[in-house]
Amino acid sequence: MSTRRLQALTPYALLLPSVIFLLVFFAYPMVEAFTLAFRAEGGGWTLDNFQTMIRDVAFAPAFRTTLLLILIIIPVQFALALTMALLIQAKLKFSGLFLYIYAIPLGISELAAGIVWFAIFTERGYLNTVLTALGILDKPFIFLSYQNTGWLLFAVVLAEAWRATSIVMVILVAGLQSIPNEFLEAADVFGATLWDKVWRVILPLLRPSLQVALILRTILAFQVFAVALAVAGRGITLLAAEAYRWYNTYRDPNVAAAFAALIMVLSIVSTILYLWGLRTPEEQTL
Amino acid sequence: MKSSNTFLRYVSRGLVYLLAILMALWVLLPIYLIGVAAFSEQLAVYKYPRPFFPSPFSTETMVFFLKSTGVAASVRSSVVVALITLSLSTLIGAPAGYAIARFVFRGRETFRLLVVSTRAFPIVILSIPLAVSFIEWGMYDSVYSLALMHTALALPFTILITSSVFASVPRDLEEAAMTLGCSQLQAFVRVSLPLALPGLAAATLFTFVLSWNEVFAAVILTVRNRTLPALVLTVLDVSPLPYRFAGGFFMLAPSLIFMLFIRKYLFNLWGKVTK
Repeated sequence: MSTRRLQALTPYALLLPSVIFLLVFFAYPMVEAFTLAFRAEGGGWTLDNFQTMIRDVAFAPAFRTTLLLILIIIPVQFALALTMALLIQAKLKFSGLFLYIYAIPLGISELAAGIVWFAIFTERGYLNTVLTALGILDKPFIFLSYQNTGWLLFAVVLAEAWRATSIVMVILVAGLQSIPNEFLEAADVFGATLWDKVWRVILPLLRPSLQVALILRTILAFQVFAVALAVAGRGITLLAAEAYRWYNTYRDPNVAAAFAALIMVLSIVSTILYLWGLRTPEEQTL
Repeated sequence: MKSSNTFLRYVSRGLVYLLAILMALWVLLPIYLIGVAAFSEQLAVYKYPRPFFPSPFSTETMVFFLKSTGVAASVRSSVVVALITLSLSTLIGAPAGYAIARFVFRGRETFRLLVVSTRAFPIVILSIPLAVSFIEWGMYDSVYSLALMHTALALPFTILITSSVFASVPRDLEEAAMTLGCSQLQAFVRVSLPLALPGLAAATLFTFVLSWNEVFAAVILTVRNRTLPALVLTVLDVSPLPYRFAGGFFMLAPSLIFMLFIRKYLFNLWGKVTK
């Protein structure tokens, strides 16, 4: 083989290990998830696993809570992340330090974050200590009780907003860095307020980053389970937690796979919705 | 007129700093509080009102956690899985990153897009079928198969970060080395690799944290060889408060150090927008 031929093949040789690895551990299990979900016990195809999934008493609450959490958490996260990103871009002193601090939760696991917020919300926790010290409560209130679904949800929302805002912040900072300074200076010349600048200049130009961040956060939010387990125990259940329970407690990988397939379909649908809803004006005219 | 303007500017600048500090507190305060719980005596954890300082400072709770059944072994498993993951993903991913950074070839953009889209790794979807496959293949409940899963999880990140690291090493230097008689491989080993080393180190650190934190696949794919998060999760509802708080702090502590080294490279990981 000539050296030129060899040269042309080099990049493919370098990619080959990654491609093989992703085929075996990404593409294959993805297909296998659906196969398992539609597989009957004795062989052959069936919808039984999906029927078992839907008939399970925990299914409706898990489905509802998962969607509700996403609907509440994502706007909160994006508001927080945008604030942090604008602060990072505001050329403050110590902005390196602020970036480090804002990025810390990126390296914190779901489970650890859940435990942290459990320590705050638990009966003899920090929140009750503060509230009684301030005289708002005269004795500790049991926030994390099975009867207080509202408080359980609230605690999970805070934990998730605390943990997973960093990633959105990083994506938005990168997006902000790509906005040419002239645009903002032009806005200044025309006397735009900060509010105008955010809504009329920054957010429209940030649309590609917002799209990526929204898709990512939503897909990851469908997979949340350890936060809820750590904060609320069995008080709140989510789709991913049900997948885990069907696999680990009931030892039924087929129904667990049905949950996994559902999560996958929901992820794909939400991705398509974001791609369509946030398409650029040129695309919209098409 | 002029002076009132500067005064206003000072005030608004002050407010911006205040907001930045409030945001920092929002992140740091919960970490501080779990730290207080982890470094107080065990009995202090049950005390009410809850002290906001470790009084007295004590490692008793941490020691109790680390000496609890299975914890030491699970920490070992976690570290082994994370080390295998970072070695494998660097070994497999760095060449791909180099190819994307240095070569122009057909299919490059397709591959990049593929890698970018696998960043949102659907771990819940993949773990269950993989568990079934691992049982069939006789590889279930092993730190090695979990490491394979974590490598798949880490690979897109490794490829993206290494490609941006290699792209930042000037190509001219490599070409200069080649005109001086180095082969392409030698030029890479002697010139590009040393320059890329800090970035590669950041990539491996990120991979380590990813694997250290991962819990869903860990709890599905292991039974006796639990990693730390998998162990803590399975005993969570029967474990005493000091165990949980010490465990929570122990699991998040690495992130405090790692982010210090990784933060510069975060934008390479998440910044590149595909469009």
